[in-house]
Amino acid sequence: MPRSQKIALGVMAAFFVLAPLAVYPVFLMKAMCFALFACAFNLLIGFGGLLSFGHAMFLGTASYGAAHAAKVWGFPPEFAILFGTAAAALLGLATGLLAIRRQGIYFAMITLALAQMIYFFYLQAAFTHGEDGIQAVPRGVLFGFIDLANVWAMYFTVFAIFMAGFLLIYRVIHSPFGQVLKAIRENEQRAISLGYDINRYKLLAYLLSATLAGLAGATKALVFQLASLTDAHWSMSGEVVLMTLLGGLGTVFGPVAGAFIIISLENYLAQLGAWVTIVQGVIFVICVLTFRRGVVGEIGNWLKKPL
Amino acid sequence: MTEIFGVPTQALFGQLLIGLINGSFYALLSLGLAVIFGLLNIINFTHGAQYMMGAFVAYLLASKAGLGYWWSLAVVPIVVGFTGVVIERLMLSKLYKLDHLYGLLLTFGLALIIQGLFRNEYGTSGLPYSMPAELAGGRNLGFMFLPNYRAWVIVASLVVCIATWFIIERTKLGSYLRAATENPAMVQAFGINVPRMITLTYGFGVALAAFAGVMAAPIYQVSPQMGADLIIVVFAVVVIGGMGSILGSILTGFGLGVIEGLTKVFYPEASNTVIFVIMAIVLMFKPAGLFGTQK
Repeated sequence: MPRSQKIALGVMAAFFVLAPLAVYPVFLMKAMCFALFACAFNLLIGFGGLLSFGHAMFLGTASYGAAHAAKVWGFPPEFAILFGTAAAALLGLATGLLAIRRQGIYFAMITLALAQMIYFFYLQAAFTHGEDGIQAVPRGVLFGFIDLANVWAMYFTVFAIFMAGFLLIYRVIHSPFGQVLKAIRENEQRAISLGYDINRYKLLAYLLSATLAGLAGATKALVFQLASLTDAHWSMSGEVVLMTLLGGLGTVFGPVAGAFIIISLENYLAQLGAWVTIVQGVIFVICVLTFRRGVVGEIGNWLKKPL
Repeated sequence: MTEIFGVPTQALFGQLLIGLINGSFYALLSLGLAVIFGLLNIINFTHGAQYMMGAFVAYLLASKAGLGYWWSLAVVPIVVGFTGVVIERLMLSKLYKLDHLYGLLLTFGLALIIQGLFRNEYGTSGLPYSMPAELAGGRNLGFMFLPNYRAWVIVASLVVCIATWFIIERTKLGSYLRAATENPAMVQAFGINVPRMITLTYGFGVALAAFAGVMAAPIYQVSPQMGADLIIVVFAVVVIGGMGSILGSILTGFGLGVIEGLTKVFYPEASNTVIFVIMAIVLMFKPAGLFGTQK
């Protein structure tokens, strides 16, 4: 890990350890869940060059899975999260096999359409309780001795999950696998001619991204004790794209910064109703037209160091 | 009452008609997307919002200026198409040298802005738009009752679709367009103003969406979100048909509308998802789409 990234990692970890002293912990937990979600999404677009417009289906599936397992089946939290994540992984495998058959814009449209199909399924299925969602999900007792009803226990559990996911993604993008992924992004034909089975690499990246997005969704369901249709709606897919774009596509820390900014923004603009979507749209337009490196990308460029 | 497969014929033909109506909109919208994509290599995510703008401008013309349906049908596509021209000149034209995905992201952002602005102004409840007096009522065909306006929508969209096909495939202007799709630099070298052609093409695609919006206004309620979910279905239609062929997208649009209508009769629970399921099946066997060629 280059020194600049070591420092950034230290700053980020210190921030999330110290911030709950000053900031409402539930807000920070929300930010960490979305940061993990955005990092998982970034793995696919930033390093694999695949723009998924349907990542909400993984967030939603895992959050319904975890909520249902914890509430109806009485799973302890570790197994509820595992179950939700596994459900997202399975969905990732099924949709990935279809979506990687096309590239670029088609890939985006296919993932969006598949996610919409999943959304309609949840809208009609009985176990999701439609518009109400699964409410009052018990947080339970982690590993039999950590009671997650305590806000600090919950906070540091989320922190541990977020850091584990973040470091796993870091490890993946700096592994030989990650390098091949980058090669495919830069020049697919050449990667094929070098003998790489590109579809296997793409599918694996997609699967990994779906699984980690699921981990974020399952954790989020326990934090808010709620799984609802919002998590599976296309606007959520758009939001994660926005977070990653604003933070910096293909940077390591960008999605975390982007998620944090967008979640704060929504918090402050919540009273303004439809203005939230307008502001989001304006950020999209500005980012695409003038600010394509994103916040962290610009800082890294200014420091001439990778971040 | 006569029945086919245990379903009353009235219900069957009624849903078939609704299917054809939906299919008209799928065809018009996917046609616009295909025309824009052909030349700009951009998937116009704003298309649903522009369809909504079409319906809204018609509504505003009627309530503020007293201009009726027929005026709207002529004026609205030009007005909304012009906003498309402005968007292309100010924003999209800056993105042609970049990855095509940025065009998708920009138009997605624009859709959020436009839909948000209309929602702020008019709320989320639908606004009524009355149909033209000339087309009120309907006729009894013996096996079903056919409302005149619905018949008009199907015929008008068929005519517009075929006219578009004719312009692109059979006229000189269309041949310039197809040539520029293949090799813009070469066409530019022949002295044709390709950037202007791109601008007008985008404007035309947007005008098609607005035209669909005006036609939809008397059938569906005019509301800020009316295009948001529709555009995702149209994306699936485009993936199924493949964007290579104009006639292909027209055929796929109408065909899928009918299939959706029939699903409502025989298995209503799946009517929301049937198009996405068909997309998944088509991707398994023909990844390039029914009428497309994979580059």
